[in-house]
Amino acid sequence: MPEEVALAKEVRALARQIARAVKKPVQFMEVCGTHAHAVGRLGLRQLLPEKLTLLSGPGCPVCVTPTGEIDWALELAATPEITVATFGDMIRVPGSRQSLADLRAQGANIQVVYSPMQALELAVEHSDRQWVFIGVGFETTAPTVAATIQTAARQGADNFSVLCCHKLIPPAMRALLAAGEVRIDGFLAPGHVSAILGLEPYQAVADEYHVPCVVAGFEAHDILRALLALARQVREKRAAVENEYERTVRPEGNPLARAVMEEVFEIVDARWRGLGVLPQSGYALREKYARFDAVRRYGLRPSNAGEHPLCHCGEVLRGVRRPLDCPAFADACTPEHPLGPCMVSSEGACAASYRYERIGK
Amino acid sequence: MAERITLAHGGGGVQMQELIRRELLPACDETLGRALEDAALLPGAERIVLTTDSYVVRPAVFPGGDLGRLAVCGTVNDLAMRGAQPAYLSLGLIVEEGTEIELLRTVMRSVQKTCVETGVKLVTGDFKVVEKHSGDGIFANTTGVGFLRSRSAPSVSRARPGDKVLLNGPLGQHGVAILAARGELTLQATVESDCAPLSDLVEALLEAGGDGVHTLHDPTRGGLAAALNEIAQTAGVAVEVSERNFPRDPGVEGACDLLGLDRLQVANEGKLVALVAPEVAEPVLEAMRGHASGRQAALIGEALEGPAGRVTLRTVLGTRRIVDSPSGELLPRIC
Ligand code: SF4
Repeated sequence: MPEEVALAKEVRALARQIARAVKKPVQFMEVCGTHAHAVGRLGLRQLLPEKLTLLSGPGCPVCVTPTGEIDWALELAATPEITVATFGDMIRVPGSRQSLADLRAQGANIQVVYSPMQALELAVEHSDRQWVFIGVGFETTAPTVAATIQTAARQGADNFSVLCCHKLIPPAMRALLAAGEVRIDGFLAPGHVSAILGLEPYQAVADEYHVPCVVAGFEAHDILRALLALARQVREKRAAVENEYERTVRPEGNPLARAVMEEVFEIVDARWRGLGVLPQSGYALREKYARFDAVRRYGLRPSNAGEHPLCHCGEVLRGVRRPLDCPAFADACTPEHPLGPCMVSSEGACAASYRYERIGK
Repeated sequence: MAERITLAHGGGGVQMQELIRRELLPACDETLGRALEDAALLPGAERIVLTTDSYVVRPAVFPGGDLGRLAVCGTVNDLAMRGAQPAYLSLGLIVEEGTEIELLRTVMRSVQKTCVETGVKLVTGDFKVVEKHSGDGIFANTTGVGFLRSRSAPSVSRARPGDKVLLNGPLGQHGVAILAARGELTLQATVESDCAPLSDLVEALLEAGGDGVHTLHDPTRGGLAAALNEIAQTAGVAVEVSERNFPRDPGVEGACDLLGLDRLQVANEGKLVALVAPEVAEPVLEAMRGHASGRQAALIGEALEGPAGRVTLRTVLGTRRIVDSPSGELLPRIC
């Protein structure tokens, strides 16, 4: 396995460079569930110097979906004439009272799909029923959902709609900095989201708050290289936007995908779990596509349903508390009996810690 | 709210173990039936080993196998894991109204062929038809009877600190092949299921290792992660495996990366993990490699004193992480 040996060597060399670059204690934050899991799976924290803390932020789309929106999905699924189509990740997330998995076991019509297009195809095939796709995700998933809505409009698929819970990452980054509750010396910017957005949205973050942002891929060397870039910027007191994932992320992003989103969605204020309502931080369907909007079609009422009283997901999502420091972690809260979404979503920070990092616990 | 069965209860992970322990085991015989072994020894009939398994795989025909081959291999392999020579098989079929006869023929041809291949005799059976929508195509159940090859049967409880962990080939081929065959994912890779009988491999390995072969376990649903966790919990040892030593299959690895699957948690149908005394590790490995289903066999790790029940992975980067039993229902109806 010569390539692997070489890779391991490169990774260790990067770790040594990071250790040399970090003089004073620093805190960096990733805002991407895939990063959180890669860090756990690869055991990367073991390679970082003690002075460098890598926090998880609001980067798991299922986790930031507030309980009220989960309850909407449950309400729809409990309606006999509706079939709810969703990514598998949402199935076991607890709402105020139960989860989609509980409802499905009671006979509700819930279909796990791998793409929104598959949901639309099912709706066309079974046109005697109403189909609602649960649109959860950041700028990575939103374009395919937008394209699906365009297709539905073209085909006149009147039995299809979307519960749009899509959210935007840069406003959440700014909100965390504005609140100042947790010190963030740099952001590990998400690879997939950046492939759509490009680098421009991070510039505002870097300029306004003087915090460096470095886009990172998902291999060990990608992540460490980005952390090294952040450490060097901090040492040199710079706050720039850098791209350490050039093989996938172009500076201008993917304008085509953005145009599709722009055509279908408008940017609105949105409620996040743990962060409250953030201005201009979510997508809603434009008037033109109102008939595909499940919220309007079924007259769903806003709800302020909160988290489970024992759950600290909000603090975990703000980077204020590490999953291992939640009293319920691996005790009252496990992947089998989750109190919050961070423990069940495959991208959740608590799930990553539970799966990979319980060595000392 | 009334508690109900969810798909997670069938996923081969933690929820399934919990449900089995709570709802099913109390009805099992106190001394004989509660060990959660692949197959049971029967006191009074000293050499007889018994096991049963049901098969609901969708689609019924997939690259590298079909329901018929799976139904024979799965049960033959469970017998083999206790060190038994598989001898007799029963077959129960539940077929949904409307199923094409040709599918039944395909399945039965495979059953027959695999019985010949493994030297096991199909001696009794049952056939039921249910109304449309009460089933899905064909469900099968096989019960197998075998005879112990020697006095000391391998058992998940016999793993000892210091035992070497051996694996006969790359992980995840069955699970990925099934996912690809369902056409729900756009996978370029054509991965074939590893579905295969392991009784000959076990015979060779027991010949080489004798009593030093402490534990054999087939990592089916829940993959190697679930299998090692079961062993570690039952035997009260810790297990550490090293990623660098794993047998490789680039097609499966690529697909797993793409889909975000952990290859340690993906199902296999032609793999076994063996925990053997260190002094027999070399000869056993040699014997495995000399066999068609063990060409890529490798020593992947070691059992340690403790903490009991903990399974860890040493990554290629030299870091360590927990290997957890899977949770949830990522891949329903893979076997
Ligand atoms: S461990 Fe469980 S209860 Fe604690 S924050 Fe995470 S999901 Fe919430």
